Amino acid sequence: MTKKYARASRPSIEDINVSIDKGEFVFFIGPTGAGKSTIIKLLLREETPDKGKIWVNDKEVVGMRSWRVPAFRRSLGCVFQDFRLLPTRTAAENVAFALEVIGKSKAVARRVVPEVLELVGLGGKEHRYPHELSGGEQQRVAIARAFVNRPLVLLADEPTGNLDPDTSVEIMRLLDRINRTGTTIVMVTHDSNIVNQMRRRVIEMEGGHVVRDQSRGVYG
Amino acid sequence: MRAKYVLSEVLVGLWRNVTMTIAMIVTMAVSLAMLGASLLLYFQVSDMEEYYYTKLEVSIFFDKDAAQPAIDAIRVEIENDPLIAGFEFETQEKAYERFREMFKEAPDLVNAAQPESLPASFRVKPVDPDNSQVLIEKYKGKEGVANVVDQRKVLEKIFEIFGGMQKLALVIAIVQGLAALLLVANTIQVAAFSKRREVAIMKLVGASNWFVQAPFVLEAVFAGVIGAIMAYLTLIGVKIFIIDGTFKSLFQSTVLTPIPWSNVHLMFPILAGIAGVVSAVTGWITLRFQIKV
Repeated sequence: MTKKYARASRPSIEDINVSIDKGEFVFFIGPTGAGKSTIIKLLLREETPDKGKIWVNDKEVVGMRSWRVPAFRRSLGCVFQDFRLLPTRTAAENVAFALEVIGKSKAVARRVVPEVLELVGLGGKEHRYPHELSGGEQQRVAIARAFVNRPLVLLADEPTGNLDPDTSVEIMRLLDRINRTGTTIVMVTHDSNIVNQMRRRVIEMEGGHVVRDQSRGVYG
Repeated sequence: MRAKYVLSEVLVGLWRNVTMTIAMIVTMAVSLAMLGASLLLYFQVSDMEEYYYTKLEVSIFFDKDAAQPAIDAIRVEIENDPLIAGFEFETQEKAYERFREMFKEAPDLVNAAQPESLPASFRVKPVDPDNSQVLIEKYKGKEGVANVVDQRKVLEKIFEIFGGMQKLALVIAIVQGLAALLLVANTIQVAAFSKRREVAIMKLVGASNWFVQAPFVLEAVFAGVIGAIMAYLTLIGVKIFIIDGTFKSLFQSTVLTPIPWSNVHLMFPILAGIAGVVSAVTGWITLRFQIKV
């Protein structure tokens, strides 16, 4: 898998050229405003660059027709700092929702949802509502929802930003496990402890430019 | 599963905003009823035109004491007139009979009239109804002739009234229709806002655009069709209670052709179709602004 930003010149990102291989675990780090979150938006095709091209899963995203975008997004999973769960649905229903709205049958949801909740360590809490779960557990639900379609790439925008250090470590273990199944993980963070512990590829950004691209890197 | 999901979303959506939904449906029903009335009047006028223009006559009325030779002279002239396709002579007695029949519900009027007080007349059928003015000019001043009346003139007055009513109904339909469309747009905006979390997640996980938009659009279509049903019932009510009720005698007289049930029933598919399509398009356009891909 290759992604190339040949000169996406939004003010927040400029002249970036990065390629990430299938199955990699990559951190995007850098100070606020460095353009890290823009990268997630570009990869999701929520935004398009003014110049340049982006390939995700061998598909060119920038020139993609808008009616092809939904199908493209099914090959991605995404988690955010604020979890983005539906408060009126239980953990299992939140995960099932992601299946139902892309046309999967109830039978599929009944089979797959408990599996994936078990995988993220929420066995037995399927019927809790988000407000009955801790922050870490809510993020697990969000990860389960992102992973339930077995995406090729998982995008994570500061997934530990709202969590305490211990919980963050647990979430990272979970992401690492998912990475070992072959899923590429692109994670935006400014949590130095996590980056230092994981020792994965680190791409540091500043002012919209890549200032460091290091495999098995640390934060600082 | 999908159909059930979409249907339950539609009903929940309409119920969530029930006062707005009622306002939307009532406004739509008024608009559609007016549109239906306008269409019925339009059909009515063209029915009547067709009915009457094929048997339009010019009546040549004689003075009550017109002499037989004068009448005979005109008869000869009519027989040889190339502009006249056919004619019929109505004696004073025949005119009296017709008068009695026409006003049988007003016996005082009938009793007051005598055969001698009614004029004899020729009922003349022009070859071309558009040429009737020439005939009027030609026979107006002749000896013994009191007046020449073109039925068309009388009918045109009625058509004018009908046309005016039709236009008025159409204007109300358009104004109410615009109000209904704004309410549809507003309802959909509210619905999209109250479901913004769901919509955001749907788009994130790759739900197809129609799947995201269908419940909203169907909400509008559903309301439109209910509005059409209410408008249709209103038209049926007007037909039963007003046209066949209060104004029964007017519509059964020779002046107005009756409004047939088939025309009233025809309004339902027309109104439902228009309401459905217009609501769907409005809803869809609103969503284009509301939900970006």
